[in-house]
Amino acid sequence: MSEPTYTPYHPRWYRRRVSTWWWLGDWKYLRFILRELSSLAVAWFVLLTLLGVRAAAQSAAAYAAYLEWMRHPLLVALNAVSFFFLVFHTITWFQAAPQALAVRLGGRRVPDWMIAAPNYAAWLVISGVVAWLLLRS
Amino acid sequence: MAQTIQLEVARYHPERDERPTFQTFDVPVHKEWTVLDGLNHIKDKIDGTLSYRWSCRMGICGSCGMMVNGEPKLTCATFLSKYAPGPVRVEPLRYFPVVRDLVTALGDFLVKLQKVKPWLVRREEKPLAEGEYLQTPEQLETYRQFSMCINCTLCYAACPVYGLDPHFLGPAAIALAQRYNLDSRDQGADERLALLSSPEGVWGCTFVGECTAACPKNVDPAGSIQQYKLEALKEWFTSLVSPRGAR
Repeated sequence: MSEPTYTPYHPRWYRRRVSTWWWLGDWKYLRFILRELSSLAVAWFVLLTLLGVRAAAQSAAAYAAYLEWMRHPLLVALNAVSFFFLVFHTITWFQAAPQALAVRLGGRRVPDWMIAAPNYAAWLVISGVVAWLLLRS
Repeated sequence: MAQTIQLEVARYHPERDERPTFQTFDVPVHKEWTVLDGLNHIKDKIDGTLSYRWSCRMGICGSCGMMVNGEPKLTCATFLSKYAPGPVRVEPLRYFPVVRDLVTALGDFLVKLQKVKPWLVRREEKPLAEGEYLQTPEQLETYRQFSMCINCTLCYAACPVYGLDPHFLGPAAIALAQRYNLDSRDQGADERLALLSSPEGVWGCTFVGECTAACPKNVDPAGSIQQYKLEALKEWFTSLVSPRGAR
């Protein structure tokens, strides 16, 4: 675009600089930043899972070492915090889904809960299957 | 005698002040008084130099948007009694340059609004003799929510993305683009695509979602932006796989 899309300079208009810390001091914006940061927790669990799969593929000893490593108090603490953020991420994502998906059936917009409910249902079912796989021994 | 409440009003005189300051006024709180009534009381009875915009007093014109205790509000739709015992801090809408006191410069928004072509675009007009462009209630319903926008710019004041990146098209402009894109009479979606799907368009949005919370007309600009992201993605994918190729 050739012409500027921002307001041109005007010597007598007062402009406030947006602070780097704009998201502190207001729960709405802090919640947004936490939601964005929670994707780090998602990435962390993906990494942990991949490490676990790799260890399991290598040898029984490697997998035992991986489990031992996972029992380290620091890692348990980190995973507890990460799990909290993972749940936060999932719930805020499912809450946002109906806003992004405007599905129309018979001329009417499908109500929000009908978009959110299948997400929660899939979450429960998949978590149940994974839990069953891991705990069945 | 009604009770009083303190209004801390931002004052900025462009020819005298380096930066805005706050001036405190005591105004009566009647049950039916809004923040705008408080400001009108100040202007009529205490200090006639106070500058602010207002017109309809009924949530239609969209001119009296201000920050009330840090939240973007239509001051005509915000009751003083809600903030009792006070004080109530009234500031100009955030992220816009301040012209004077509570008056902001809206030029940036108006330029952006025009760029999304918020009108019915027709490739060819049908002859008058064929009559109106008819629309079913269902077709109306697809865009009606977005057509409720009154250009009050509260959503911009709620949007940190706009605050941090003044190039961002912003919530209302995108919602209004969608208002026309979804209109069965409009044929301009292709013309709006390049701008809307640019980094300054929908992809600038990080879905803070506060524009929707701030909107006094339930327009849901955040929803319109996320919905258009899906639309832009579909367009991009179609342009990849279709024999027509890129536009």
